[in-house]
Amino acid sequence: MTHKTIRLGGLSRVEGEGALLVRARDGVVTDLQLKIYEPPRFFEALLRGRSYEEPPDITARICGICPVAYQMSACQAIESAFGVEVTGPLRDLRLLLYYGEWIESHALHIFLLHAPDFLGYESGVAMAADHRDHLERGLALKKAGNELVATLGGRAIHPVNVRVGGFYRVPRPRELAPLAEGLRRAREHALDTVRWVAGFDFPDIEHDYRFLALRHPGEYAILSGSPAVSDGTAFPVTDWPAHVVEEQVPRSTALHARLDGTGGYLTGALARYALNSERLSPLARSAAREAGLGPICRNPFRSIVVRAVEVVHACDEALRIIEGYTEPDVPAVPVDPVAGVGHGASEAPRGTLYHRYRVDEAGLIAEADIVPPTAQNQVRIEMDLRALIEPHLDLPQAELAALCERAVRNHDPCISCSAHFLELRLDAR
Amino acid sequence: MDARQTGRRPRLAVWKFASCDGCQLTLLDCEDELLSIAAEMEIAYFLEASSAPGPGPYDLSLVEGSITTPEDAERIRHVRRVSRRLVTIGACATAGGIQALRDFADVREFTSVVYARPEYIATLERSTPISANVPVDFELRGCPIDKRQLLEVITAFLADRRPVVPGHSVCVECKARGNVCVLVAHGTPCLGPVTQAGCGALCPAYNRGCYGCFGPAETTNSGALNAKLRALGMSDPDLVRVYRTFNATEEPFRRASEEAEGDA
Ligand code: SF4
Ligand code: SF4
Repeated sequence: MTHKTIRLGGLSRVEGEGALLVRARDGVVTDLQLKIYEPPRFFEALLRGRSYEEPPDITARICGICPVAYQMSACQAIESAFGVEVTGPLRDLRLLLYYGEWIESHALHIFLLHAPDFLGYESGVAMAADHRDHLERGLALKKAGNELVATLGGRAIHPVNVRVGGFYRVPRPRELAPLAEGLRRAREHALDTVRWVAGFDFPDIEHDYRFLALRHPGEYAILSGSPAVSDGTAFPVTDWPAHVVEEQVPRSTALHARLDGTGGYLTGALARYALNSERLSPLARSAAREAGLGPICRNPFRSIVVRAVEVVHACDEALRIIEGYTEPDVPAVPVDPVAGVGHGASEAPRGTLYHRYRVDEAGLIAEADIVPPTAQNQVRIEMDLRALIEPHLDLPQAELAALCERAVRNHDPCISCSAHFLELRLDAR
Repeated sequence: MDARQTGRRPRLAVWKFASCDGCQLTLLDCEDELLSIAAEMEIAYFLEASSAPGPGPYDLSLVEGSITTPEDAERIRHVRRVSRRLVTIGACATAGGIQALRDFADVREFTSVVYARPEYIATLERSTPISANVPVDFELRGCPIDKRQLLEVITAFLADRRPVVPGHSVCVECKARGNVCVLVAHGTPCLGPVTQAGCGALCPAYNRGCYGCFGPAETTNSGALNAKLRALGMSDPDLVRVYRTFNATEEPFRRASEEAEGDA
């Protein structure tokens, strides 16, 4: 009997820290656990008793890489509890802010975290030694995204200008105009990026994924939409709790989400692309075609190409909004708190992010529920790993470990963004 | 041995405890400076950015996050041992962060709200700043930290001098920036008078009151501010909440919130 235990220590280049435990016997994986070293921070508990105005600022602090996603899901959930809808130019500004975050977050993942895997470097900075031009392009893209967020939100991390109902201050057209120049350059960089990453060497692996992403009638859904599943199921956001249930798995103590009773579905770039690719901007669609993506991409390693295509789309759409921008009359629509329950979901760079709040008659949060993308993807990531490892059990330990790390990074798991991942403790038996 | 004596590049490490990663991301957000920093310093340990963690000791450790588990209380001691200089970055590391709101509640009750099986969760009753656990050479504030201040910390380290980070209030920055005072002119509640500068008076520039994300300024008079905020219509529970966000356990903010709570 061969008995092999692979331990990766800190799992690097995912935001946050995790570890993976694998046990195999006679060529079969008998146990596999993705361990997350994220100490719980209890957001859902500490939100209780806070004012309805506070979740955008407080939940932003769940994740420094995608704070806008948290702010947008939170605002929309609370607005839905009050029967308020943000439309027109105010909604456009929200989209613009969100595109900025997508550009920044995807550029970070593509250039600093994911590309080094394909080119054999330990980090983006190390990659610069031989590929300085590519890294500089990535940093320029990232900067363009950050500038968009900082102009609209005040700063790139935890923007201060977001509120329930809209913004504190809306930009003058002349504040936005200078961004257009940078975005046009960014769009060129993004197109070059698609070409560059499409040429990487991809392992020949496909999984039969069950995808979940928001769909929107007129957009490649990012800010809002209704959850749709690749098996044809679709439901309004208000029905989320009836479909997605989070369970604390005793074996691992992590919270795992199940969709209609089954775990192991996937949310994120591959899911969005599979469900919504026809809604990408024409330029992004043609970039995807040239990159040979096809209508659905089931190879998780290729997700880097899908992210690059999404960056093209985000630059394109951001430019469209800036060019058509007229300053709204008011920075925010008036909001009158009433007792009720509200649901909100948006597409964080790494997948669907759902918030639910129950607000009391005084406008205080009575109950909060947050389902981050990584909690949804964790089971699926473990399935990917299992499939990947079994045929490669004979690889030298270090090589196998590197392969596993890559398989995890494929899904851009912002481990911090999983508000309630925690450290694993094994039952000593 | 000290990097300056051996002539090698100083070695940088970035550590994470309970946090959102926003403060360490600030380093990667230095798009224009990142490659020159990497030329000046060896980025030896930075899990968010590299899969090849180099062994210690390190010349400069940047520490993000607060201490909330028994394991982390051990780990920070190790970090201190392998670090020549240790600088904490952000409200989590300098003040316990938003997760320190547990200090005003019952952490077991918190645990049972989030987890069906709270017995699996190993967590401490308090979220403590790094300085409550080990000696710290410098503390950089903000939720998140400001990029320019981070660059100042790194530059100062390389020049072997103390970072120049002002301890005055956001109000001073507001005046320097030419902002209209939102408190006086618009009657918007604002913590600027008691909050440390560093952000460039961001919120008032966006027509919003400061919510104190950089923590208390060197000298504060929250009594006078509270009187003004009450006059603007803030209730005592409102006041308690406004001081209890990302720097709730910093003494001046804790006192101000407890004063308001006493009145409530
Ligand atoms: S201080 Fe704020 S930005 Fe920094 S790690 Fe903590 S929560 Fe994130
Ligand atoms: S004005 Fe206050 S709350 Fe706003 S960014 Fe500055 S310190 Fe933080």
